[in-house]
Amino acid sequence: MTLADTRCVPQSRQDDCSSMAQQTEDRFKVSPGPGMASFSLPSLLYSSAVRGVLYQAALLLLVVACGYYLYENVTSNLESQGIATGFGFLDESAGFDIGESLIAYDSANTYARALAVGILNTLTVSACGIALATLLGGMIGIMRVSTNWFAAKFSSAFVEVVRNVPVVLHVIFWGAFLRNLPGPRQSFSLGDGVFLNNRGLIFAVPEYNPIYAWVGAALLVALCASIAYGRYAMRHREKTGRQLPTVLPVLAMLTGLPLLVWASGGFPLQWDTPVFRGFNFRGGSLLSPEFIGLLIGITVYTAGFIAEIVRAGIQSVPRGQIEAARSLGLRPGWIMRYVTIPQALRVIVPPTTSQYLSLTKNSSLGVLIGYPDLVNVGNTTLNQTGQAVEAIAIMMTVYLLISLTISLFMNIYNQAIALKER
Amino acid sequence: MYQQKAVKITAIAGFVAGVFMAAPSYAADGPTMAAVKKRGEILCGVHQGRYGFAIADSQGKYKGLDVDFCRAVAAAVLGDSEKVKYIPMSSVQRFPALQSGEIDMLSRTTTVTLTRDASLGLNFGPPTFYTGTGFMVRKSTNATKVDDLDGATICVLPGSTTEKNIAALFKSKSITYKPVVIENQKAMVGAYFSERCDVMSMDQAGLPGHQMFDAKNPDDHLILDGVFSKEPLAIGVRQGDDQWYDIIKWVTYVTFNAEEYGITSANVDEMRNSKDPNIQLMVGKGTKTGEKLGLDSDWAYRVVKQVGNYKEIYERNFGEKSPLKLPRGVNKLWTDGGLLYGFPIK
Repeated sequence: MTLADTRCVPQSRQDDCSSMAQQTEDRFKVSPGPGMASFSLPSLLYSSAVRGVLYQAALLLLVVACGYYLYENVTSNLESQGIATGFGFLDESAGFDIGESLIAYDSANTYARALAVGILNTLTVSACGIALATLLGGMIGIMRVSTNWFAAKFSSAFVEVVRNVPVVLHVIFWGAFLRNLPGPRQSFSLGDGVFLNNRGLIFAVPEYNPIYAWVGAALLVALCASIAYGRYAMRHREKTGRQLPTVLPVLAMLTGLPLLVWASGGFPLQWDTPVFRGFNFRGGSLLSPEFIGLLIGITVYTAGFIAEIVRAGIQSVPRGQIEAARSLGLRPGWIMRYVTIPQALRVIVPPTTSQYLSLTKNSSLGVLIGYPDLVNVGNTTLNQTGQAVEAIAIMMTVYLLISLTISLFMNIYNQAIALKER
Repeated sequence: MYQQKAVKITAIAGFVAGVFMAAPSYAADGPTMAAVKKRGEILCGVHQGRYGFAIADSQGKYKGLDVDFCRAVAAAVLGDSEKVKYIPMSSVQRFPALQSGEIDMLSRTTTVTLTRDASLGLNFGPPTFYTGTGFMVRKSTNATKVDDLDGATICVLPGSTTEKNIAALFKSKSITYKPVVIENQKAMVGAYFSERCDVMSMDQAGLPGHQMFDAKNPDDHLILDGVFSKEPLAIGVRQGDDQWYDIIKWVTYVTFNAEEYGITSANVDEMRNSKDPNIQLMVGKGTKTGEKLGLDSDWAYRVVKQVGNYKEIYERNFGEKSPLKLPRGVNKLWTDGGLLYGFPIK
């Protein structure tokens, strides 16, 4: 149909004319704005935009109706079975202890706080897992495309072994392995004040001193200054074509400023060293075998997948790009930084996002080896209160929120590195 | 482990799906009884493996005190104590499984508490075993009482009353501990014996079995003296099915009363002819007591004949005829100074 077809005689076939015009509009604009042409019912029904909205509305209505029906059914069934409902239990005292917690927690605290402890433990292990899996996966992925025979073979063997074993077995294996280390009395001493035994990894930490807060603040200031300097250097290069030194000044800022603040307090450093007393080491900081086992399990498993994604990303950059960069006289480091990596990232980031999501969800396997994550605390709560529907709803919602947040940030990052079409 | 996870997911998913899908109301004429008769077997939730209470032997046959009560109910209701399907459950799975109807009765070292009775939609029969929280330690730690456990790491099952008891006990003594909470019974016990934990805590009556069968050298371990909470263990059923609840209750009393009147699986056939009205009403030929529960007249006779009285059940699983050789303690008849008191069957 061409535009000429829409020229029709208004008096004789008004309806067809307008609907034809409408159809033509649809072809070109898809969604006709309000007040365009003269509407009539059939033309509205045939408009794909209007129909789309109608279908969506009908679907939404159906979903809401189903949800309401299920909700009503659950409430009345639970009531008729004499099972307590509602989220009132969250304010009750939990009465059980949790092995490891980032926030102060005690059995007299509420279920809500106990669940918060579980959520924080889930977030901790997931965040550490994501960071470590990215590092390890990236390294293995780069080794996969290495020309070094040993590196290439070792990394492909790693990938094949690791990603073809179910993640549950990874977690159980590492959990059992760490649990069967020698007891505290026979612990391995790994350097000064670091002990490894079946109670976990225990290490000395500096005792708190008020100056540390200022050191942290100084680091933050140095970080901001570095970013500002980096931007300035880039603008300078774009204007003049000359590259300012960046690595050394940034390093100097990042180490110098905090050191200066620390020095102003006279380098205070008091170690809180673990000492064996009674049943176990006291003092120092502890990573439990459950935490380490779960972390290694999910990290190693996910790293296998990330390695393949990274390899695919690097290999997706056409050779011509690198050859072109070389013929322009770019240094190898710059080729990696400005040519290979930006193009590889476009391929790497989207599938890596889903790996991050599955790592986070796999952290729930901690329940198998006794890591007090959300599912572990949620299960105890479920059983102590008997409110299965609520406890499961809370767990589902929390995982959904965590996953959506990760997706959101990864999508923002993906947009930032996506190909900018001009 | 996979299977276990699967069972758990089925239990919880089944429960959630159950409350979503079930019709909002149901008739009150013994739905459990009808379902059991139709199925021809009782689905009984038992422990994953606790010596004396429920453990599968080398042939995969379940044995234990909790198991015997499942058998007693099957004998009374279906006429055959073997018509039971045992479903091993973790502490976390048990209540959702019962609520959703995945099991007909829960005979799994379950402590009766107000919260469980009032807010889980469950009813509990008369306690079949009285115990309390106990602690097992390695002798090498030199701990002999709870006060010595300051700073210890304690292995415990999640969602158990034990978990709460320890928290309360240690708080009252102002001493600290670190819980390691593992849902799988085997993994939890394994964590203690691999020395991940200094202490293992559970119902005291459960500890000797683990000491005897799971420890490399039982003499390396010590069960601390004293019982640190009240743990009346009883059979749980769903609320709102009074007939089924009554059956559970009175089958339990049959085992108590049979011991009191000296009726055993060996002499029950002679005792049927006894002139004692207490015995007549319970196991006599043609007694009408069963009818009132919706059962036949031989219900109690079959319980005693096929499973035995409480003393036989105890001796078989905990007492002299078992490897555990645990003294009965408070699990004696009231006439012997214990807590077991069978209500009159008349």
